[in-house]
Parts: sequence; structure tokens; C-alpha cells
Amino acid sequence: MPDRVAFRGGGFSPATKPLAGIATLVLCVALWQAASWAGWLPKLFLPAPDAIAIALFRLARSGELWLHLGASLSRLAVGWSLGTVAGLALGLAVGLFSIARSPGMAVVSALFPIPKIALVPLFIIWFGIGEGSKIATLALGVFFPTVINTAGAVDNVPRGLIRMGQSFGLPWISIVRKIVLPGALPAILSGFRITSSIAIILLVAAEMIGAERGIGAFVLSAGNLYDTDNLLAGIVVLSALGLCVAWIIGRIERALLAWR
Amino acid sequence: MIVRQDGLALGLAGIFHRFSGLLVLDGIDLIIPAGEVTVLLGPSGCGKSTLLGILGGLIAPNHGEVRMSGAVGRDCLNPLTYVFQDFSLLPWRSVAGNVGLVLEDHPMTRAARNDRVAEVLALTGLSEFAAAWPRQLSGGMRQRVGIARALAVRPACLLLDEPFSALDAQTRDLLLEEFSEIITRAGTTTVYVTHNLSEAVRLGQQIVVLSRRPGRVREIFRIDRPVVGRRISDVDLLACEARIWELIRLDAAAAVREIADA
Ligand SMILES: Nc1ncnc2c1ncn2[C@@H]1O[C@H](COP(=O)(O)OP(=O)(O)O)[C@@H](O)[C@H]1O
Ligand SMILES: [Mg+2]
Repeated sequence: MPDRVAFRGGGFSPATKPLAGIATLVLCVALWQAASWAGWLPKLFLPAPDAIAIALFRLARSGELWLHLGASLSRLAVGWSLGTVAGLALGLAVGLFSIARSPGMAVVSALFPIPKIALVPLFIIWFGIGEGSKIATLALGVFFPTVINTAGAVDNVPRGLIRMGQSFGLPWISIVRKIVLPGALPAILSGFRITSSIAIILLVAAEMIGAERGIGAFVLSAGNLYDTDNLLAGIVVLSALGLCVAWIIGRIERALLAWR
Repeated sequence: MIVRQDGLALGLAGIFHRFSGLLVLDGIDLIIPAGEVTVLLGPSGCGKSTLLGILGGLIAPNHGEVRMSGAVGRDCLNPLTYVFQDFSLLPWRSVAGNVGLVLEDHPMTRAARNDRVAEVLALTGLSEFAAAWPRQLSGGMRQRVGIARALAVRPACLLLDEPFSALDAQTRDLLLEEFSEIITRAGTTTVYVTHNLSEAVRLGQQIVVLSRRPGRVREIFRIDRPVVGRRISDVDLLACEARIWELIRLDAAAAVREIADA
């Protein structure tokens, strides 16, 4: 027969290639460095990667970096955990109980869009200028998205599985523990990716007032002095922090969700 | 209601049910005799799943009631037990874990539980797959897990909602054969929902033909010979199939058009 049938495609399937991702980042930094060497990017406008690296190295050697990092990490850990525990509790309640559902969602919908940065002065009045207000900023920023995500995760557990549990006479608590929670876990964990990023973003706001230590405070003070090397060094640290947290969550997902 | 000495009988009296205005079941009176296989046969959308849900206490009917009578075995943990069309397995539990799930809330030692899980897995030909995840199994194997899970609680009455309709024809025939042997040996009262005529005559001792929605009982056929040993090609079964088809063909055609309209 004269005409050959041509292949027309087998569905879209974008492939994951980790090396290509790393190569892209390396290429961007190399171009940036080259542009700086060529004199196209004045130092104040955008410092070169090598200048940022040197600033980072100095900070690490003087020990300043670790002080800032330690202060920020402990705030992140405490703030994120508080916001997450409270958010999970309310999110589960909204997902499971009719009495919690509408009131909970009404409150969350009303308060979620408020920029937490605008509330920092209030938090300082309520919780003091020390750690309290900083942790409250992070915790509240994490709390609302956690509630919404957790409630949605519970809602998306297949109703058929819950009916299966009921049809075998499983007690309510077993249905929650063995069917609802594991079914909601994948969505809850991917919510952690978002809330941990939110916490890192809010770090700068939380450390805006009355913080001597902390990556956010460091970035702000470098910014006020137009010390762009250190400003970007701090931002690189925040970005690296985000990557580390994402990696940790990825490991947790792989360990807990082996069944997928 | 008729009570036989062995097993559980169910009775439905005056069942009406509507879903937000849509009348689905319109006055069902029915007796499910103990120790027999009752098939509920009807076109899609006629209310079979709803009726089965009402039988097992998963749906509260608008009117009417379900009663049960007869003896329940001493080791029966869940008298009315479902096997679901979509298998309803927990994807995060292994095959053995899915079966164990329904035993964990009952007072029994871990060893006794493991023994019982192993026993029903052996009965359904799943012993080698105890550690597998559901996603690694074919549809036929997944429904075996669904059946194993149901058998693990030693049910007095099995309620099956088109359990094999998601499977290919060969797998379905093989599973039907194994399944009929298992329930015959245990003498479990069985209610089997299907829209498939040859499945109905292959398994049913009492075949309840339902009309299209709103579901009513149109006629009840009986095939009194034992379920084990029946072949799909047996002459009496084919004759019964032909009679039922004669009865429902107009209904079936109308039901198809109705769904297309909706
Ligand atoms: N939860 C529900 N809410 C509203 N309508 C429903 C619900 N369940 C079933 N129905 C409707 O009731 C009718 C009967 O459903 P079902 O009992 O599942 O039929 P079958 O199992 O015989 O195919 C269908 O028209 C279906 O759309
Ligand atoms: Mg159905």
C-alpha cells in the first residue's frame, strides 16, 4: 500500500530530568558572573556571584552566619510547628464535624487574606517585642493555609472507603485513624511544602522589629545600608533553607507514602 | 416471615426511597431466604445499589423497614457484609493489612488474627500476595481481596454489588466458579446484585427481576438446583435466561434510552 500511517503521538508526557534542572541553575549563575566580569552589572545594581560567595564565606568564618541561622531556625521550628498543630486540629475538625465546619470555614475565610505583616505591631503589643510576636507571625501565617488544606484533604478521602469501614462496623475512631488520616496524608504532606515556604517568606517580616539575630533581621539591616553583597548572601541562605526543607519533606513523603 | 433453622434470612417490607425528588424504589416487598443465593437483577439506574445499601444498613429508606431473623454463627463478627463493585481496598495497606483491618477492632489475639487472615487468603488463592500493595494486583486479584476481607468476619449474609462487573469475561467466569464453591460450603445467605443475565442464572437460586426506575419487583424466578456445578452453557439456565430476557427486553431498551436522555 502506498501511504504509510504516521505516528501521531502517544499522549503528553513531560519527563523529569534532575540533571537538566541543576544545569539550568548553573548556567544562569555562569551567565550572571560573566555579565559582571564584562562590566554590564555594576556592583551596587547587582553584586556578582563571586562577591556573594565571598560575603557568605566571611559570614560563615566569623560565626555570624550560624548565630543568625540558629535564631531563625528555632523561630521557624517553633512557629511552624505551633501553626501546623493548631491548623491540623481545626482542619480535621472542619473535615469531620458538622458543628465545626461552617463556623470554622467562616473564620478562616475572613482571616486568611489579612497580610500577617500588617499585624506585626499588634502582635508586639499582645505578645511582647521578644520571641512571642515573631513566633506568632510565623504560626498565624502557617495556621490558615494548614486549616484549608487539611479540611480539603479530609474531604477528598474517598467516601466509598469510609462507607466500607462503616459496613464492617469499624468504630468511628478506627475509621478516622485507619482510613481518613492515611487517606488525607498525601495532601497534608504536600501542604507542608507550601506552609514551610510561607514560614520562610514571613521570617523577614517577623524579624523586622526588635530582632538582633536572625537571617531576616540580617537581610533587613544589610538592605538598609545598601550592603548588597550581604543582602544577597542572606537571600541565598533563605533560598538554601527552602531547598533543604523541601528535600526533607520529599524524604518524609517517600518514607510514609511508599504504597503509591 | 419464613425462618429456616440455619443461617440468616432478611425481609424487606414496603420499601420506598427517593433521592431529592427522584423516586428510586417504589414499594419493595421481598424475602431473602436463609442459606440461598438471591440475585437482584435489573437495568442500570433502577435502584439495585440503593436497595442493597438499604439491606445492609448503609442507606436509611424513606419508608419501610428491613428485618432479619435466624441464627448468626458464634464467631460471626459482622452479620451483614459487603463486597463492593470498586473493591474499596485501602491503597496504603498490603493485601494482608486490608483483610486484617476488619478484624483489628475485635478482641482476638494477634496470632488468632494472623491465622484467620492467612486462612481466608488461602481460601481465595491470595497466600503468595499477602505482602503486595493493591495497586500491584489485577482487577480480579483485587476483588479476591475484597472477598477474602468479607469472609474474614464470618458473615451470616454476603451483600455483593456487581462484584465482578469491572473484570474481563474470563476472569469473571473463573471467579464466579470459585466464589460459588466458597459460599456453598459456608452456607452463607447471599444477595448478589447484577445487570448481567447470564451471571444471574449462573448464581441465583432466587432471581428477583426489578423494573427500570422506579424499581419494583416485576417477577421472581427460581432455579432450585445447587449453584455449584452449574455451567453457563447448561440448557435449563439458558432457558431461564431466555424467559427473563423476554420479560425485560422492552424495559431494558427503555432504560437505555432514559439514561441517554438524562
Ligand atoms: N446518593 C445519591 N444521590 C442522588 N441520586 C442518587 C444517589 N445514589 C443513586 N442515585 C440515583 O438513584 C438511581 C438509582 O441508583 P442505583 O441504586 O445506584 O442504581 P443501580 O445500582 O441499579 O445502577 C440512579 O438514577 C442514580 O442516579
Ligand atoms: Mg449500582
